[in-house]
Amino acid sequence: MAKTHITMKVNGTEVEGLVEPRTLLVHFIRENLQMTGTHIGCETTHCGACTVDIDGMSIKSCTMFAVQAEGSDVTTIEGMANADGSLSALQEGFRMMHGLQCGFCTPGMILRAHRLLKENPSPTEAEIRMGISGNICRCTGYQNIVKAIQYAAAKINGTQFQEAAE
Amino acid sequence: MIPGPFNYHRPASLADAVNLLATLGDEARPLAGGHSLVPMMKLRLATPEHLVDLHGIAGLKGIRRDGNRLVIGAMTTQHELLASDEVAKSVPILHEAALLIADPQVRYRGTIGGNVANGDPGNDMPALMMTLGASYRLEGKSGARDVAAAEFYQGAYFTALEPGELLTAVSIPVPPAGHGSAYEKLKRKVGDYATAAAAVVLTMSGGKVATCAIGLTNLAETPLLATDAANAVIGTSLDEASLKKAAAAAQAIMSPAADARGPVEYRKHVGGIMVMRALQRAARGN
Repeated sequence: MAKTHITMKVNGTEVEGLVEPRTLLVHFIRENLQMTGTHIGCETTHCGACTVDIDGMSIKSCTMFAVQAEGSDVTTIEGMANADGSLSALQEGFRMMHGLQCGFCTPGMILRAHRLLKENPSPTEAEIRMGISGNICRCTGYQNIVKAIQYAAAKINGTQFQEAAE
Repeated sequence: MIPGPFNYHRPASLADAVNLLATLGDEARPLAGGHSLVPMMKLRLATPEHLVDLHGIAGLKGIRRDGNRLVIGAMTTQHELLASDEVAKSVPILHEAALLIADPQVRYRGTIGGNVANGDPGNDMPALMMTLGASYRLEGKSGARDVAAAEFYQGAYFTALEPGELLTAVSIPVPPAGHGSAYEKLKRKVGDYATAAAAVVLTMSGGKVATCAIGLTNLAETPLLATDAANAVIGTSLDEASLKKAAAAAQAIMSPAADARGPVEYRKHVGGIMVMRALQRAARGN
């Protein structure tokens, strides 16, 4: 099958590659670009581990072809840290609140939470839980992930993060 | 999992898309949000030789009020439906149901056109469109035609779409001000298809049901319009006996498959409960 030349912006850098039409975006990111922070979990659009941000939308990159991202602006976990290399508010929240155990779901969780907080800077706990309902975590029971996102929201908004009583 | 090889086409106009589909014939599939088709291709249950991606056609997106109808372009995503004040205001059941489809990431991609055109009995929008009395605009090489949602579904994945035709828009008559509506969906988890779901749109007058339509999702090979069930509550105050009569009339037309969501009897049982809950909530909101 003939290959197609594609270009897109990934984490602020113009990238290009030759792909078959059937190449999934997640494979292009992991194999062509050698950025393995985006994980492949279920491969069936359920688990959210492969979530990336494309043109202001959270997308499961296992369910989109790389050719469809032509000209798009893509953010992956590799692009989430602050410009000076320090942790972003979300990354810091996951660290401080112990929002991960095995860490497999974390890149997808952070990318999804990133878009959630852009759309809703002060979400309620219920809105956070609905907001990450397309991301599955098999370790944490979500409790500390919710806290991590609350921590990040407070930090971004410049308000006090109050950890809820257990 | 990697799909089989295919040729990728991204037409910039509806005319080009229709031409491509007509020329390429059976081996071509239109690609909307892709969240039904791409997983099927990864499982090699679908192996189209050509995909005609509709994302390049600007004219297929958008929500507009046209007199007393709401016209929604086929490539409008569930996320865009949820973000629309017009949808929330004039057809609140559409907002409610869109929020029950899949999960946030899928809703950024999944489209109303793909949802109604695919003919999957598990999809939520088809029964809703039948309940609302919506129609679909189908466009092919020989021109455009409008088909009522109630006439569109012929079997699982079989619809009134002719080869080479594209569903380009959904047109919904806006229910009267003061109407009540509810979509009750029982599912095992976020992202699941309905074990059973019921849509109700009704109007009340003097404490009694004046008009009513009921649709059923995933309780047969096609979405169903439960006309007898709706007639059973017209003129009543939705008392216990009338609700039970409606549930029984709806159950009489259900023929769900036994699957991981439960055996036939269970799915019919909860289907009846969804009908009763939707009727009660629609009336309360009136």
